[in-house]
Amino acid sequence: MTAELGHFALILALFISVVQSAVPLVGAQLRYGPWIALAQPTAIIQFLLVTLAFGCLTHVYLISDFTVVNVVNNSHTDKPLIYKISGVWGNHEGSLLLWVLILSLFGAAVAVFGGNLPPTLKARVLAVQAMVAVGFYLFMLLTSNPFERIFPPPLNGQGLNPLLQDPGLAFHPPMLYLGYVGFSMAFSFAIAALIEGRVDATWARWVRPWTLAAWCFLTAGIALGSWWAYYELGWGGWWFWDPVENASFMPWLAGTALLHSATVAEKRDSLKGWTVLLAIITFSLSLLGTFLVRSGVLTSVHAFATDPTRGVFILVLLIIVIGGSLALYAWRGPQLTSTGLFQPVSREGALLFNNLVMTTAAAAVLLGTLYPLLLDALGGGKVSVGAPFFNAVFIPMMIPMIVAMAIGPFLHWKRSDVIPALLRLRLAFGAALLTGLLAFMAHQDAPVLGAIALALGVWLALGAVTELASRIRLFQIPLGDALRRVTRLPRASWGMTLGHVGLAVSIIGMAGAGAWTVESIQAMKPGDRVMVSGYEFTFDGAKAGNGPNYSVVAGKFTVRRNGEHVTNLAAEKRIYAVSKQPTTEAAIHTTLAGDLYAVLGDPEGANGAYVTRLYFNPLVIWMWIGTLIMVFGGAISLTDRRHRVGAPKRSRADAAVQGA
Amino acid sequence: MNRRVFFLIPLAVFLVLASYFAVGLTKDPKRLPSMLEGKPVPDFELKPIKGRDNKGFASTDLKGSVALVNIFGSWCVACRAEHPFLMDLKESGAVTIHGIDWREEDPDAGAAWLKKHGDPYALVGDDPKSRAAIAFGVTGAPETFLVDAKGVIRHKIVGPLNKKIWENTVKPMIERLRKIGAP
Repeated sequence: MTAELGHFALILALFISVVQSAVPLVGAQLRYGPWIALAQPTAIIQFLLVTLAFGCLTHVYLISDFTVVNVVNNSHTDKPLIYKISGVWGNHEGSLLLWVLILSLFGAAVAVFGGNLPPTLKARVLAVQAMVAVGFYLFMLLTSNPFERIFPPPLNGQGLNPLLQDPGLAFHPPMLYLGYVGFSMAFSFAIAALIEGRVDATWARWVRPWTLAAWCFLTAGIALGSWWAYYELGWGGWWFWDPVENASFMPWLAGTALLHSATVAEKRDSLKGWTVLLAIITFSLSLLGTFLVRSGVLTSVHAFATDPTRGVFILVLLIIVIGGSLALYAWRGPQLTSTGLFQPVSREGALLFNNLVMTTAAAAVLLGTLYPLLLDALGGGKVSVGAPFFNAVFIPMMIPMIVAMAIGPFLHWKRSDVIPALLRLRLAFGAALLTGLLAFMAHQDAPVLGAIALALGVWLALGAVTELASRIRLFQIPLGDALRRVTRLPRASWGMTLGHVGLAVSIIGMAGAGAWTVESIQAMKPGDRVMVSGYEFTFDGAKAGNGPNYSVVAGKFTVRRNGEHVTNLAAEKRIYAVSKQPTTEAAIHTTLAGDLYAVLGDPEGANGAYVTRLYFNPLVIWMWIGTLIMVFGGAISLTDRRHRVGAPKRSRADAAVQGA
Repeated sequence: MNRRVFFLIPLAVFLVLASYFAVGLTKDPKRLPSMLEGKPVPDFELKPIKGRDNKGFASTDLKGSVALVNIFGSWCVACRAEHPFLMDLKESGAVTIHGIDWREEDPDAGAAWLKKHGDPYALVGDDPKSRAAIAFGVTGAPETFLVDAKGVIRHKIVGPLNKKIWENTVKPMIERLRKIGAP
């Protein structure tokens, strides 16, 4: 019964969203109050209905109702409770339901909290939001119904893909989706603005927090994903330029650009057409991300739905949403005139530079990800583009941007001078140069890029701190006064500082883990010792055992340094009972200086020897600490006064006062 | 009017992309052969790896007889797993195997690895900067390419080559190629 209830709720949600996408839009055009007002209740009802549907699906998972196909395919009675819950979205149909749940949640949030939005703008935003929802409801109901029944029901389910049975991955998709779908708000605002023919500071002020929130979730989601890849895939790596990783990375790049251009649109009444275009592009890339994963156009370890009919449906959906909005942009975009003029060397110029690099990078990643597909379409056969391409294209683009990132915040709006900014950064420059040289000398046999990246990280971190110091006029006015200024800094400027510092810290982590990893692969008998970067690993042998729904071989290592005991590591190889799929569980001992990382391979010979892979990954934890700082910075910025107060008319005055 | 054209560019770019997508969708996504299948091997000329011999390995070495080109590296664990089978293959004399030692950070590591685990290769080229690997469209190690006597790539095996793949796919292909190749 529960399954039918959920199915019914989903159908009702479709009808409600059809109403929500049409009536308020017409109402806003005709300036007819009651129709405009309809946007609000429909958005809330739609959210309640999808919540009901999602609750129903969760329920059938919890009680392991094997009359529902989705549960049969993705669950099993032996599965731990948390993975029964995460199983709800660990599959194609369920993940789409999560998608629309989040979409309708954001719609409802605008309906409830958007009190100070102009009513017509609000009606149009919610209508656009509902149009996207209609597409997804149709997709689910026609091709991917999560509530489909099966008869006769099997005795037990087929289990969830064991790779996905992991706490990191249980929360990775919801985070990513909060990010992807969060960008739908920026998109809906952009389309509404195109329909209205007007982009003003109020508009930009509304778009920014949504973009920022989406960006925070996406950053966290990507970080979780790479952390998962790091400890679960057991290759010691953390980023593989896999199409699915790229799919989440492209909206991140475009969203980061959007975040910066929206600032210009808000404060300087400039770059409006560009900001609207970026909002469309960012959401389009989010949709494409969903599409790439779901359609199986590109093969990858994550692609768990491979079905051409679904692919064709998503393609049509994409063409309507993206093509339609870009056509609207071509038609209405020229009306969005900007009044703010600026010189190339200015805060606006620096932010535009960021935008150019970020969008070019996103385009490069897009090209690398789609190239195999394009080639296939041209009859060139199938090929996949690997990490060497991306590293060769991506890294050279990022270097000038990071150099500029430290300078940009020192520049004034409208027109500025680079020399004074550079003079203030001389300390950061000296420290960066010194760090780079020291790193280069310490690791002469390693790629020089590591030292460059480390220097860039130091440059950017110190640059951001210097900017903060000059903002509070540290050492220029009495210390007490300076500290008082710290407490009065707008939270948005804290957000920027933390965001930049976070990236700097991440870069330092990437430099360490990317360039100076020490790896040792060998067959080890119990009692064998191997030195890895000053750490002595002793293999204590491997033992077989059983987990809740898998059998396991655990290899024990004792790690010593200079004879002193550091830690014990237990690396596991698991074989899941239902699918017979093996997974590796790397044993990791994390320190701030680097991770000790051990993986148990296959048995070698009969004397209890195993192939083992031992790594020392320097600084790697800082990569994730950096992303945490970025997310924290974004969250701080979200609590900025001007988002809470949101008094639209004060924008100009505010901008002049804050100058941020 | 110029300004309007500017706003049309995104739409135009999208439409081109979308049409490619549409064509791409009609293809089977599960198959991932090399784009080079049926094409001559890319031109490459690799230096020998340190400590083995002085021959090196170049695309011109692939003319004249059917051969396997195996991408490996001492850092690659799957290659270690594949290695005993390559040794068996060499013992059986079924086909010549050449190696491309990919992304070796320590120039001595490749030869040391071959000394320790056995050397199944006729020629080995050193490819620390992924020059040949990119030209071959390699996505990871190990990968093995079957090249015919005219130097044309006939098949690509992603991941470790094993007895099953050999018996079912590679060996029949080699026999067929040899038949066609004979006058």
